[in-house]
Amino acid sequence: MTTYRMQIAFQYAFERPAGSGRQLFRILPATIPGRQSVLDAAIRIDPDPVETREFVDFFGTRVIELVMPPGITELELILEADVRRVAHEIGLDISTPLARLAAEIAGHRGLDAASPHHFLVPTPRIPRIPAIAGFARKATAGAETAREALEKLGLALHAHMRFDAKATDVNTPPAEAFELRRGVCQDFAQIMLAGLRSLNIPAAYVGGYLRTLPPPGQPRLVGADASHAWVRAWCGADAGWIDYDPTNACFALGDHIDIGFGRDYDDVAPVTGMMRLDGAQTGTHSVDIEEAPVQTQSGPLSWTPLALAFAPKSRAAQTDDPLHEPG
Amino acid sequence: MEPAGSDARPAEPRRAALGIDTYAPLPGVPDEMLGPDGRIRPIWQPLLEHLERQPPDMLARSLARANQYLRDSGVFYRQYGSGTSIERPWPLSHVPVLMAEADWNQISAGLIQRAELLEAVMADLYGPNQLVAGGHLPPALVASNPQWLRPMVGVRPRMGHYLHFIAFEIGRGPHGKWWVLSDRTQAPSGAGYALENRVATSRAFADLFSLQNVHRLAGFFRDFRDRLMAARDDHDARIAILTPGPWNETYFEQAWIARYLGFMLVQGDDLVVENGRLMVRTVSGLRPIDLLWRRMDGDYVDPLELNPASRIGTPGMVSALRSGGLNMLNALGSGVLEARAMMAFLPKLAPILTGQSLAMPNIATWWLGAQAEHQAIMAAPERMALSRALDTGLPFDSDPAPILAASLDPAELQRRLTEQGPDLVAQETVSLSTTPALIEGRIVPRPLSLRVFLARTADGWQVMPGGFARIGATDDPTALAMQRGGAAADVWIVSDNEVPAITMAPSRGGPYRRSAPSTLPSRAADNLFWMGRYVERTEQITRILRARHIREAESGRGAEPLQAALDKLLKTYGLEPGAPIPKGLIDTLSAAVASAGQVRDRFSTDGWSALSDLEKTARQMAGRVAPGDDAARALSAILRKIAGFSGLVHENMYRFYGWRFLTLGRLHERALGTTGIVAALAQPDAPHGALDLCVELGDSVLTHRQRFAISTSRETVIDLLVLDPMNPRSVRHQIDQMMAQVSELPGGVEQGEYSALGRAVLRCQTEVATETPESLDGEALDALGTRIADLSTLLTEAYLR
Repeated sequence: MTTYRMQIAFQYAFERPAGSGRQLFRILPATIPGRQSVLDAAIRIDPDPVETREFVDFFGTRVIELVMPPGITELELILEADVRRVAHEIGLDISTPLARLAAEIAGHRGLDAASPHHFLVPTPRIPRIPAIAGFARKATAGAETAREALEKLGLALHAHMRFDAKATDVNTPPAEAFELRRGVCQDFAQIMLAGLRSLNIPAAYVGGYLRTLPPPGQPRLVGADASHAWVRAWCGADAGWIDYDPTNACFALGDHIDIGFGRDYDDVAPVTGMMRLDGAQTGTHSVDIEEAPVQTQSGPLSWTPLALAFAPKSRAAQTDDPLHEPG
Repeated sequence: MEPAGSDARPAEPRRAALGIDTYAPLPGVPDEMLGPDGRIRPIWQPLLEHLERQPPDMLARSLARANQYLRDSGVFYRQYGSGTSIERPWPLSHVPVLMAEADWNQISAGLIQRAELLEAVMADLYGPNQLVAGGHLPPALVASNPQWLRPMVGVRPRMGHYLHFIAFEIGRGPHGKWWVLSDRTQAPSGAGYALENRVATSRAFADLFSLQNVHRLAGFFRDFRDRLMAARDDHDARIAILTPGPWNETYFEQAWIARYLGFMLVQGDDLVVENGRLMVRTVSGLRPIDLLWRRMDGDYVDPLELNPASRIGTPGMVSALRSGGLNMLNALGSGVLEARAMMAFLPKLAPILTGQSLAMPNIATWWLGAQAEHQAIMAAPERMALSRALDTGLPFDSDPAPILAASLDPAELQRRLTEQGPDLVAQETVSLSTTPALIEGRIVPRPLSLRVFLARTADGWQVMPGGFARIGATDDPTALAMQRGGAAADVWIVSDNEVPAITMAPSRGGPYRRSAPSTLPSRAADNLFWMGRYVERTEQITRILRARHIREAESGRGAEPLQAALDKLLKTYGLEPGAPIPKGLIDTLSAAVASAGQVRDRFSTDGWSALSDLEKTARQMAGRVAPGDDAARALSAILRKIAGFSGLVHENMYRFYGWRFLTLGRLHERALGTTGIVAALAQPDAPHGALDLCVELGDSVLTHRQRFAISTSRETVIDLLVLDPMNPRSVRHQIDQMMAQVSELPGGVEQGEYSALGRAVLRCQTEVATETPESLDGEALDALGTRIADLSTLLTEAYLR
């Protein structure tokens, strides 16, 4: 079990005063019983929003809804949260043989957020892509179970692609990133989703954060201390959902902090709204995660109301595009 | 019972010429006019006799009356194809479809049952989802439907029901039974067109219509409107119709219904969500909207939580629904029910949800997402058409067109089923009944499908007694499509008994109270303001051009210095002076028509006809007229048409905010234009004749002659065209009138204090009032022009954002 203290900051500057705008932020770490809990979360927004609201979307992600006053030229939002993450073992492969997976999916009745049925259908961002389907077929040749296929495809993709923060942007279609063989975590995840879905393995896009300390003598994981994205595949009725991080070629077992999941980026985009629509702006986005001192506090803190307060701001590293997942 | 004075027995040749005796149904296809025994159904007799009695030229005149009505009221629809869109006149098939009341009651009962069923399915899909959990609906079918809007799951509609205004497409199959061809639960169009068809058809057959007991349509709309009015929480709250905008193919109908029911017509841009409530931007600030009748596909309504590609939505609409601050009908997400594949399951869901089998079946449909269905199709591919499972609308109307399963070789069919199964449905091929149509003077059978409308009223579902009939372009009973050249017809439900006459007026207790006029959305104000400006600008340009061509015709080369001055003036309007009717004039006029098109719900159809006629005339003339006298006469004709339009608007428009903004636009443009003309032509160094020209452009020749017994001088011209408050063409007069209008706008004067705009107009007014012809030199005129121009910016900031 690890407790993380994290600070997420968004800063925007507008060339001309922006009209009032409604914004959705999906940045709060999720609460997952037995795996991840939020001990404390506070958000500071400057200037003062006109309206704030919070809701839980269809897939269970907590969404912060803000309406900013008209005429602002700057906006800063800082989230500070303490998150407890329990690492788990990958364990034995009890996932369903691929030959039986379709029947198990068909036997699943229900359309709650965790139902596999949402995650087989092409979406505007992740359509059917023959080149990726072919790649996935080859990469998973010989795989017996769903988990095996998941890992094989992840490894093959990791070998095929090069991490490159400059090659793509938030709207690069997966077909193009695959063709370029370059991209960031969003591209890796989207390509892998297209591949898994072409194999009829239900797969979700997961948004979250990643922070790691490299073990002695080993390289630091790419995308550490950043917004991150990976995939979550439904591996049968017994095994359920298994997370895999193609950017780092590993199962996500304890270092990844979840925000939420959905069918593609649009379902979990950290920021949606006028900031994204207005072109004449610059922005920075930073994520800072550190291990917190061991806390004695325990108990179910599954739902923490947001504390909206104002305090001095801190600055952090910059990226060119605040919305492009750097991970 | 012979009608007096006319021979009751029609001339046999007339009957033969109309083709009544030779009218025969197609083999194996039922017909609406002929019963199964081949005899004419009694309710059709009066219509046929009426047709027989009319000499051909009179019949032609009757039909022309109907067409004229549709043209005059501007009925059109927009047709899309190969990247362009055009407005098409409404193709009316003049012979109405007649149906006996008893038959209609049976149809109505079946459709009401189906409406209840769809409501129950909707409530389940956005509620407990027990149909999926119980194995009655395949989860994959729901999950893959783009119109199943996940953000709406768990959001209960405030009015208690999800569906309020829906339509069904029905047709009569080979054995004479009616079938449902498609379900329209998203935002069905056509009810307004049905009303227009009714008016047009009853004009063509006025005597006949009043003699027969035909059910009226108005009651249906009245009850629906009254129910919506009653559903508002507070009586000041407004009901609005949400339109995708003038480029939508049925925008005309949306504007028409808004006018008919007295609701506000709004676009996504007009709306903003504030503290969980939906508000409309008006010239009086934000005003709440309590109830929104959506005529837009659900996923386009909110770019923030639904389709991020939408440019016509309102961010926060879903949030307003979630917090219960808005009634929307139909509920967002109702499009999920329209998918063709749902028809495979509705017959099985009916007993579960309504306790009864469907009284009216839908066309036999199989969703091909499972093995059992694949085998069934492989075994019997005859009469099966394959199309996309999640498409909506009529099976024979889809793009790409359905593929006949039997036309594929078995291996190819198997491959498609295996690879695309869940994306496909198989539906039994449809054949329709026929109904009489008058084509080139003869009655011939044409296939028919019927759109029937249902609205939820205080007494539950009500079926509109009539509908929108689509009549095929050929006699092929399997192929029928409006977009491919079919026509529309009215539907008469004929009763044995007298039917009550119905008006839209609600029955009210208590004394009459005049309701306050509703306020004006800022977008509408903006369009009216600019329409006023563009029409006035067109007039100015036309006058200048006419003056130029008159001089060219009269004085030839002698007028060259004056022409140069005029060309310079034309350039300030962005015009190339060469052509008699330059492109810039047409563009200005088109801009006026475009602004008017955005606010068609706000002014009369006469006004619209006059304006579009003006544009058409100008376009026709542009290519034809020669410079000089010919052009001068053409431009005079345009000027007369502009005067006609201005007169119509001025005489008819209700004196409220809409008229004020239109008027302000005209006054502002005229003040600006006249100042510019005087500054250009009343200079001391102006060529000979410039002063007379100036007076001519200011349309004040007569006044000048009466006021001053002398020829024009710089002083008389400036006095008359700029300073004289009594001259309705003077700058002073425009500004005086603007001041009067601005004072009446919301916040124009409060406790004696003027708004920023009011103060600016007042300064202009004072300036003009205190100038003299001597003090108004070129520089002063330019400064005045700038001041006037700035008023537009102030007005925009205050009211039009």
